[in-house]
Amino acid sequence: MMNVLIAGVGGQGTLLASRVLGKYAMLAGKDCKLSEIHGMSQRGGSVVTHVRIGDKIYSPVIWEGSADVILAFEALEAVRVKHYLKKDGILLTNDEKILPMPCITGAAKYPDGLKEKLTGESANVHFIPAQKWAMEAGSAKATNIVILGALCKLCGLDRTVMAEAVAACVPEKFQALNLKAFELGFERV
Amino acid sequence: MKELMLTNKAIARGAYEAGVKVLSAYPGTPSTEIAENFVKHEGVYAEWAPNEKVAVEVAIGAAVGGVRAMACMKHVGLNVAADPLFTAAYTGVNGGLVIVVADDPGMHSSQNEQDSRYYARGAHVPMLEPSDANEAKEFVKLAYEISEKFDTPVLLRETTRVAHSHGMVELCEREEIGVKPYEKSAAKYVMMPANAIKRHVVLEQRDKDLLAYACSAACNRAEYTNEEEIGVVCSGVVYEYVKEALPNANVYKIGMVHPVPAPAIAEFAKNVKKLYVIEELEPFIEDALKAAGIACEGKSLFSLQGEISVPKIKAAFGLETEMTIEAENVPARPPVMCAGCPHRGVFYVLNKLKLTVNGDIGCYTLGAVAPLSAVDTCVCMGASVGMAHGMKKATDGEIRNVAVIGDSTFLHSGVTGLINAVYNQSGITLLILDNSTTGMTGHQQHPATGKNLKGEPAPVVLLDELCRACGVKDLAIVDAYDVKAVEKAVKAAIASPEVSVIIAQRPCALLDKSSKPKMKVENCKNCGVCMRIGCPAISMGENGVVIDANQCTGCGVCAAVCPFNALVKEGK
Repeated sequence: MMNVLIAGVGGQGTLLASRVLGKYAMLAGKDCKLSEIHGMSQRGGSVVTHVRIGDKIYSPVIWEGSADVILAFEALEAVRVKHYLKKDGILLTNDEKILPMPCITGAAKYPDGLKEKLTGESANVHFIPAQKWAMEAGSAKATNIVILGALCKLCGLDRTVMAEAVAACVPEKFQALNLKAFELGFERV
Repeated sequence: MKELMLTNKAIARGAYEAGVKVLSAYPGTPSTEIAENFVKHEGVYAEWAPNEKVAVEVAIGAAVGGVRAMACMKHVGLNVAADPLFTAAYTGVNGGLVIVVADDPGMHSSQNEQDSRYYARGAHVPMLEPSDANEAKEFVKLAYEISEKFDTPVLLRETTRVAHSHGMVELCEREEIGVKPYEKSAAKYVMMPANAIKRHVVLEQRDKDLLAYACSAACNRAEYTNEEEIGVVCSGVVYEYVKEALPNANVYKIGMVHPVPAPAIAEFAKNVKKLYVIEELEPFIEDALKAAGIACEGKSLFSLQGEISVPKIKAAFGLETEMTIEAENVPARPPVMCAGCPHRGVFYVLNKLKLTVNGDIGCYTLGAVAPLSAVDTCVCMGASVGMAHGMKKATDGEIRNVAVIGDSTFLHSGVTGLINAVYNQSGITLLILDNSTTGMTGHQQHPATGKNLKGEPAPVVLLDELCRACGVKDLAIVDAYDVKAVEKAVKAAIASPEVSVIIAQRPCALLDKSSKPKMKVENCKNCGVCMRIGCPAISMGENGVVIDANQCTGCGVCAAVCPFNALVKEGK
């Protein structure tokens, strides 16, 4: 059983990332459930999607203290969901900072020292410049795929099958770009 | 063949496999994807209706006409469609009729947490509730069997966690169902008192027949582990949580939530230590069991609010959830209007003019959020217009209020409010924010976009002509990005004693994916005025504001409000 929680900001491609993992599960012949929320939260709000892969899955939702892996596309979102991580779980986050509206208006302050906070609480924390690597691959939009490449390496998942899943889930004209993003994430993490 | 599928897509697939010919729906999270996926199948007809009442009437017509038909909506949509539902329960069907309703416990994207199971009981129609994607597909087919066997509409209920989860789905072939002949029968289809009195007798008998069916139906089942253990009655996604949180419990899984199979559950209760009911929202099952004299415990352990979860179930039964990392309070990230949203400038103006704003349902509800903070009320689809009229009548114009509604919502149920305002002469000002789409639900077509559900060209309902036909004489059309023109139009409209309509036009910023010149900052004086429009692409840097080029669409609303011309378009 593998529980992956994906956290990001609406518009960052968390849905696509969870669907790639779902495709991976299908190709690997496993049972799988995904849970996502569409609608209002997508408008720049916090977005969390759940991926559960195993022999038999009941709940589509991961609960607090049960995620094997947290993939975060933004550092504040990593902190928001960190309590979902189980003991010795892996937390992998993009080091990018996107200000939420209360921080833009000055009603709240974007907290400092997020990296130190997270690494102080769990041994398996990886901050990577996923957005920069994605831009090297050709587009900031491929940040999600860079992170999946890094996940593949850190969790020892099948690289070929995951690449196949990526190729199957992205539009054909962006396939090469995304596969490059995937490889950069895998190689550099 | 198996496929990992979104439950809403699986429902569409189930409808296809069941031979459904006609589907009508109005978009509403979390139900929207059913129609969007169904229309992709060959040999079917599907449409966006202007509202849920029309969608259900279309489906009733198709079913009486002899084919299998479906209507889909979110929970509050069934309020709108309740009128045809309650009487279609009297007429019964010809071809099968299934109405899908998606509840939203936790209000991920809704204005309330109502429990649509009460509609099944109120209207005396059976309701099925699947737990996952594959079961959803199979329950659609079962629903059509029940509909035709018992001559009744059938409700299929899902909740957000089911609707928007993916699961493995086993694909089957489509069953080709012919068209049943339509036979004229006023006694069955013309519901006036003399006929309806007789149909009510049929309805009451059908309730009894359905209860007998529910007690032996395969979709309701007992899963025994050990008679020393407790027994849990549950349905929908809660079943999945119970299996994980209480793996040793005996479980009675309800697939058909109305009528509640109380006699069968009474048998189950005899074989377990103690009976519990775990359900989201209202104590619908619990009340039915207690009314049948079955002792059980339910809402004494769980709230009426929000979603049930594995940790909540564990906590209720004194079990601990293993946690190693503490949760932390960090600044919230609420949804916001997108960068380039054409609604932004309008709300800036309404806020600046200190008007009371009767808002409505859609992306523009976000005009209530700081720093725009412009919306005063939001109740239901179309309510902005009626409420603005009521407020005017209440205070003789002492409250300076305007109504704000989107194009799709106006056609859904705002237009009747406008007719009322003209007819009863309240002199309201109505702003129609026309972004040429149904935005919040993810860009669906509607009668004023010029395209249908399939994306094919369709006749256009012209909003300005529609308003004029309703008797509106004072009507202005403005570019939503032209903040000065919006302000001028609003000032003129609120000064007018007549009903005034302003149509602020600009397509949703997410529809236009072409790359355009972005805004840049020159000699910012740090006055902070542009921060009042709440654009996510603008933030305060050390030496004035900073534009995030990744988000900026170059709409220019920030430049329009800047008193020092410090924001300019690149290349100018």
